[in-house]
Amino acid sequence: MEKEIRENDVILRVKDLKTFFYTNNRCNRAINGVSFDIRKGKTLSIVGESGCGKSVTASSIMQLLPELSRIEEGEITYFSSDGEVSIEKLPKNGKKMRSLRGSDIAMIFQDPMTALNPVYTIGFQIVENLRAHMNMSRKEAKKRAVELLAQMGIPNPEQRVNEYPHQFSGGMRQRAMIAMAMSCNPKVLIADEPTTALDVTIQAQIFELMMKLKEDFDTAILLITHDMGVVNEVSDDMAVMYMGNIVESGETRDVIRHPAHPYTKALLQSIPILGKGRNQDLEPIRGSTPDPYNRPVGCQFRDRCDYMTEKCGEMPPEEMVSEDHMVRCWHWKEVLK
Amino acid sequence: MMKKEREVLLSLNNVKTYFPVKKGVMKKTVGYVKAVDDISIDVYKGETLGLVGESGCGKTTLGKSILQLVPATDGEMNYSFDGEVKDLRTLDRKSLDAARKRMQIVFQDPHSSLNPAFTIYQSLSDPLKKFGVDKKEDRRKIIGDLLESVNMRAEYMDRYPHEFSGGQRQRIGIARALSVNPELIVCDEAVSALDVSIQAQVLNLLKKLKEERDLTYIFITHDLSVVEYISDRIAVMYLGRIVELAEADELYKNKLHPYTQALLSAIFVAEPDRKTKRIILEGDVPSPMNPPSGCSFHPRCSYCMDVCKVERPALKKYEIDGTDHYVACHMVEQKKEGKYNGEI
Repeated sequence: MEKEIRENDVILRVKDLKTFFYTNNRCNRAINGVSFDIRKGKTLSIVGESGCGKSVTASSIMQLLPELSRIEEGEITYFSSDGEVSIEKLPKNGKKMRSLRGSDIAMIFQDPMTALNPVYTIGFQIVENLRAHMNMSRKEAKKRAVELLAQMGIPNPEQRVNEYPHQFSGGMRQRAMIAMAMSCNPKVLIADEPTTALDVTIQAQIFELMMKLKEDFDTAILLITHDMGVVNEVSDDMAVMYMGNIVESGETRDVIRHPAHPYTKALLQSIPILGKGRNQDLEPIRGSTPDPYNRPVGCQFRDRCDYMTEKCGEMPPEEMVSEDHMVRCWHWKEVLK
Repeated sequence: MMKKEREVLLSLNNVKTYFPVKKGVMKKTVGYVKAVDDISIDVYKGETLGLVGESGCGKTTLGKSILQLVPATDGEMNYSFDGEVKDLRTLDRKSLDAARKRMQIVFQDPHSSLNPAFTIYQSLSDPLKKFGVDKKEDRRKIIGDLLESVNMRAEYMDRYPHEFSGGQRQRIGIARALSVNPELIVCDEAVSALDVSIQAQVLNLLKKLKEERDLTYIFITHDLSVVEYISDRIAVMYLGRIVELAEADELYKNKLHPYTQALLSAIFVAEPDRKTKRIILEGDVPSPMNPPSGCSFHPRCSYCMDVCKVERPALKKYEIDGTDHYVACHMVEQKKEGKYNGEI
């Protein structure tokens, strides 16, 4: 019974997704079998270090992958109000995909300066989105754009709507981007490192805004980040990625309190925690992430792992620690101890 | 805690670094960006002084001004050359070279701070040549030892920067700074560009080197968790000025300045069941070209009083639990004098 309720909760499901990049006659398996569900009105965080494939996951869902890369296998299912949509089967620039992108599923990018077009006003860029998806007249759209900017806490929106991105500060630009993403009331909002380029006080502002929007509009959020602190305080569910695989996932509280994968555990031990002072022991993870073109066989983390045994030469299967808590490690029982 | 008499290594008095803003065909100076505006601080021998603040608060400029990489506009920088105190700003070229042997810097971006056309040996041998290690074999020996002291293999010296990962390159940057046996190292966002797992490696390395070589660090960063982990004292900067300065544990225990309070509350912490009560600041950091009157933080401060808008608060010393705690805030000042009756 409970399982069924959860099924109905899912707004976007990614199953066994594989996205590969082809450069210089070599293949980088950037995402190698990733599965997760985004629940309605909840926040799922994907956390990992640079190059682990977290951003590629986001671009795969949006079908915004660069050339020389493609979705090889797997399913991305969007549960819209009028039935299921298999995103991976839609042509990249087809009508259906274009109608989904920016209206049902919207995205906020890391660097608002490069994501906004510098030669058009902020207003023009929001209006463009509204007119494409919502069938609004120019006048209505402009009015809505001003409302949106006001909603995002931009002072003086009537004037600001006619300004160019360079006239905005970093935090304001990110707000404008969120205004654009929220303009068509998306069901899923993908935020790819939305605050990495911003200062901490501005980061707190942006997350407060995103959480408020999530409550008000019941939007599901896929948050991509490398900051464990943000994951802990912002998200309901989390997934830890390492070299193209999700190595551990589950409810945020569970995973952070009882990490079952050596990588998750090591990550948590390698960051200084505010308020603990000089006497905390940081345990760095030895070595560095492997070359994506020359990966270890089996478990990708094994060369840096303290629990490594011969068994790790084989890729561990997904195992359930508890009902929602998944881990990919042969030795998770030992790690949990 | 007992207060110890400590030796002052570097004493900054009213240091100002302004950048002129030029406009028009005649390049007339129309104003100044006050990147560092009247900073006075003592750096003690053997300590790690953390400088924190948001982007544009002048922390990097201050670091570069100390090394005379960016000339300061005004003020004194008294450096103790084994007890003989001289002002760094008045040194001639030759004595400045001698001073540079004592002070080094580690830069933020390990990808742009090493010359891609030079091998590691070539990059690292320049400072050695400059400071009188003439024989090639000696230089190779020293560089080999240096690389080993930053946990890298000595053979790596004949490789090029692109062959290394970010964390390794940052360690090479640290080795380069160490090559002349300095006393003081300015670490300018030395771990900010690194992934978390690598960041811990470099932080622990810096701690280890400090103990082995008796170094003094000025550690510049925007990451408050990192600065707390590594620093003995922390100075919080806002718009070119120090707003609060205290021992690290003291600062985290008794944060007095409203800006420090907001800054610390804005950090997301990876500890289960901890939901920080956040003070969300309104608006952005104002432009340093045209800072607000009075206390530069007043437009964003929730305790703002009339006096804050007109009068700039001085950095005043308070003694709390036997340690010195400096704050520049009218509200704190009035509270300590028992005049302030609002809530905190």
